[in-house]
Amino acid sequence: MKRRKADLQQAPVTFAKGVDERFQASTPLRALLNKVFPDHWSFLLGEIALFSFIILLLTGVFLTLFFDPSMTETAYQGAYPALRGTEMSQAYASSLHLSFEVRGGLFMRQMHHWAALLFMAAIVVHMLRIFFTGAYRKPREANWVIGMALFLLGFLAGFTGYSLPDDGLSGTGLRIASAIMLSIPVVGTWVSASIFGGEFPGHLIIGRFYIAHVLLIPGGLLALITVHLGLVFKQKHTQWPGPMRTNTNVVGERMFPRYALKQGGFFMAVFGTVALLAGLFQINPIWLFGPYRASEVSSASQPDWYVMFLDGLVRLMPNWQIYIGDYSIPPLFWPAVVGLGFFTTAPMAWPWLEARKTGDKRVHNLLERPRDNPERVGIGSMAVTFFLIGTISGGNDVIADKFHISLNAMTWGGRIGLIVLPALAYFIAVRVCLGLQQHDREVLAHGVETGIIRRLPNGQFVEIHQPLGPVDEHGHPVPIEYGGWVVPKKMNRVGALAPAVKGFFYPVEKPSEAPVSPGMPPVSGDTREEITSGRK
Amino acid sequence: MTTTHHDAPDAKPVDVNDPKLSRFDVVKEGLRRDEIELITYESQFQGTNSKAEKRVVRNIALLFIIAGLAAFAFLGFYIFWPWQFELGNTTSDYFTPLLGISLAISLFAIGFAILAWAKKLLPHEVSIQARHDGASPTDEQKITGQTMIFVGDELNQGVQRRPLLKGAIGFGLAPIGLVAAAPLIGGLIENPHKGEHPDLFTTGFSAAKNGGNLVRLTRDDGTPIRPEDVSTGGQMTVFPGIPHGATNEYADSPTLLIHLRADDAAETRRNADADRRNQGSMWGNYVAYSKICTHAGCPASLYEQQTNRLLCPCHQSQFLITRNAQPIFGPATRRLPMLPLGVDEEGYFVATSDYKDTVGPDFWERP
Ligand code: HEM
Ligand code: FES
Repeated sequence: MKRRKADLQQAPVTFAKGVDERFQASTPLRALLNKVFPDHWSFLLGEIALFSFIILLLTGVFLTLFFDPSMTETAYQGAYPALRGTEMSQAYASSLHLSFEVRGGLFMRQMHHWAALLFMAAIVVHMLRIFFTGAYRKPREANWVIGMALFLLGFLAGFTGYSLPDDGLSGTGLRIASAIMLSIPVVGTWVSASIFGGEFPGHLIIGRFYIAHVLLIPGGLLALITVHLGLVFKQKHTQWPGPMRTNTNVVGERMFPRYALKQGGFFMAVFGTVALLAGLFQINPIWLFGPYRASEVSSASQPDWYVMFLDGLVRLMPNWQIYIGDYSIPPLFWPAVVGLGFFTTAPMAWPWLEARKTGDKRVHNLLERPRDNPERVGIGSMAVTFFLIGTISGGNDVIADKFHISLNAMTWGGRIGLIVLPALAYFIAVRVCLGLQQHDREVLAHGVETGIIRRLPNGQFVEIHQPLGPVDEHGHPVPIEYGGWVVPKKMNRVGALAPAVKGFFYPVEKPSEAPVSPGMPPVSGDTREEITSGRK
Repeated sequence: MTTTHHDAPDAKPVDVNDPKLSRFDVVKEGLRRDEIELITYESQFQGTNSKAEKRVVRNIALLFIIAGLAAFAFLGFYIFWPWQFELGNTTSDYFTPLLGISLAISLFAIGFAILAWAKKLLPHEVSIQARHDGASPTDEQKITGQTMIFVGDELNQGVQRRPLLKGAIGFGLAPIGLVAAAPLIGGLIENPHKGEHPDLFTTGFSAAKNGGNLVRLTRDDGTPIRPEDVSTGGQMTVFPGIPHGATNEYADSPTLLIHLRADDAAETRRNADADRRNQGSMWGNYVAYSKICTHAGCPASLYEQQTNRLLCPCHQSQFLITRNAQPIFGPATRRLPMLPLGVDEEGYFVATSDYKDTVGPDFWERP
């Protein structure tokens, strides 16, 4: 008995030794366990995209077990009475089957769709974070390019995905896709005929989209995501400036256990959010749209949100047709082919363009606060404004209807807005950045506003400032160098006032220390003096 | 990995086999080797078993228990709740929401339990690790570069000194490349112009689709239409009266048949007759336009009787019915084609020919 027990205890050690003898795993494994990660809430945005992608893989595989990508017509005989007897494709019938006759199938479909929306949203917000903080600068240009490619692939994944059920809405989307292909000069009709296997809609497109949606595109996404994360790992994460943080180190926590645990917990929270959305909010109720009929469309048929900017640009495009002899280029070509191509690929060049303009060849591991680079923020704001106007215009008929605005006015508003507002956004963003910079510098030079007004003997009123650093012999603050990080601007940020006590009805924990800004550690907390009104 | 880094000056290598070392000492030696300096590593609680610690532990345990209960609830709903679809408000309507809520509670509870564990229970830590992201040493760069060029040379010389090989490689590889491309091109590429009546320019209303006979206008159930079936000011979506005429087989064929009021009809006729293609295409006060928007192919289905406009819901192109369906607003550039109407001897609407303009979205080589 005793011997056996000893053996059991020894077993993991023996096993580990055996593994190491074969794979030399010890050193790399220790390096992995010890790897240090910096932490900031904005670094979690990319994680949301990753977790949504995992949820997409899980739920998507479930859907494939029931979905039938066939365009053969059948008369529906399933559980949804309103459509019984209707002629429809197998694809649509099997999507209805998934929704009504598979236990939990509707839940899975809705999880899949919500995860897709979240995936794209997380990608976009993550991208904005990368852009506005300058995280794409050398040496991380490759990851910026991969990120853009991920957006484009995600866009295609979403589009092929919601085409699959072959309902009224997705058929309309396919029809427009075919028209977009037709609009390409010279080869348009060939492209459309080749992809659809003849005249729209044909009998092949759902099958082709299916293999693209469940194999080719997810394969591409998986490959790119792997490289993306591999590079983050190899190049190590950027970090915000702050005490001890330099361009040549990483300040944070070791990956195991704390960082990894937090990631796991966060994954569960994202998963829970998707489950909640899928349970409570109906998405893509295909049974209401009916099967696709070339002659029918419901008004206010909106695509998924990440397609709406494209739809909006198509709506705003004036009807300018270009004639070249007997041939012509339809206006649809410009927003849908050139526009989409340009807006998803041209930004890839941005890191090099910026580096060239500033002549900056250095390696950057420290992030930049947006305000410290007004030019960049201005350009980013232009792009965001453009995207927003496109997206809003993608629903301009709904807005016109809801707010009783003339549709034509909405369209003209969009057209003019698309040109004027981005420029305005640039100007405002640059001003705001400069203003914020200025304020930071003022606080560093004069200290934090205390809200205490003092009357000088000559009758003048001045506000007392709490210096952030040492003072000279006249009591004037010695100006402090800006550290590229948050400057405390409230008295409780520097520990002069007690921070708010957490808890709703009663305190949940002992009042914590003043929140520490990594850039400016609090003026030593123990020796703080109470600020009184001045009357003793 | 055994060099000491200047970032961690105070750490000295230790002998990990020294029996006096604690496990933490060994771990710290690992950190040193990975160039990590542990700046702060301290428990979040004062003393062991403090009240605060106990409370945190209790909360985490509670979260895990909630997760388990919610998971059971999920299973319970999944197995026992009525889920089959029924008309009207029934308990089965709550199946999906209950799954969502119970699963979400369970996942959130696990998530928060883990997060609380990591944030509140584990010691607070700040570590600093050195980065190494400069370029490789220049001699390394040089060696690798030279090696690559050398590999190229090895292959190149072989070819350069042996012209026969050069030719043979070219001859051998090029066709193999074509073999890879052939099935893609041959199988995938479709000629949109093939046949006597390419689908691109032909709809179901072409007599060629009906054995040479004129094609009737039908409803989607295939029944033909008499003029009196459409009331004045009314409109109807019609399809070619051929097998599968109302299905997506003929996605370009759906047509809007409109019975205009007399004055509108007169204006429409005046405009149509002034046009070479649309001349004589109306029948009485009836006019038929393709329903497929010339912009991107949506059905232009919103007919405003008052203004005689047809609005496409997809991108809001508007077409003026009385003026040959010219676009008057929105991104469409081309009018909706008009279907030449007639009535056969039995009194049903027919198309006296196929559309004379090409139906549907525009493209490069449209005549
Ligand atoms: C980033 C990746 C993905 C995105 C953005 C995405 C998006 C979508 C969307 C929006 C739909 C329409 C859902 C609906 O019916 O409302 C869909 C359907 C579908 N997806 Fe995905 N998906 C992704 C990955 C996958 C994967 C990896 C699989 C399987 C291996 C998959 C399998 C399916 C299937 C079978 C359907 C049709 C289900 C139905 O219509 O009922 N998807 N997808
Ligand atoms: S499809 Fe009709 S306006 Fe675009």
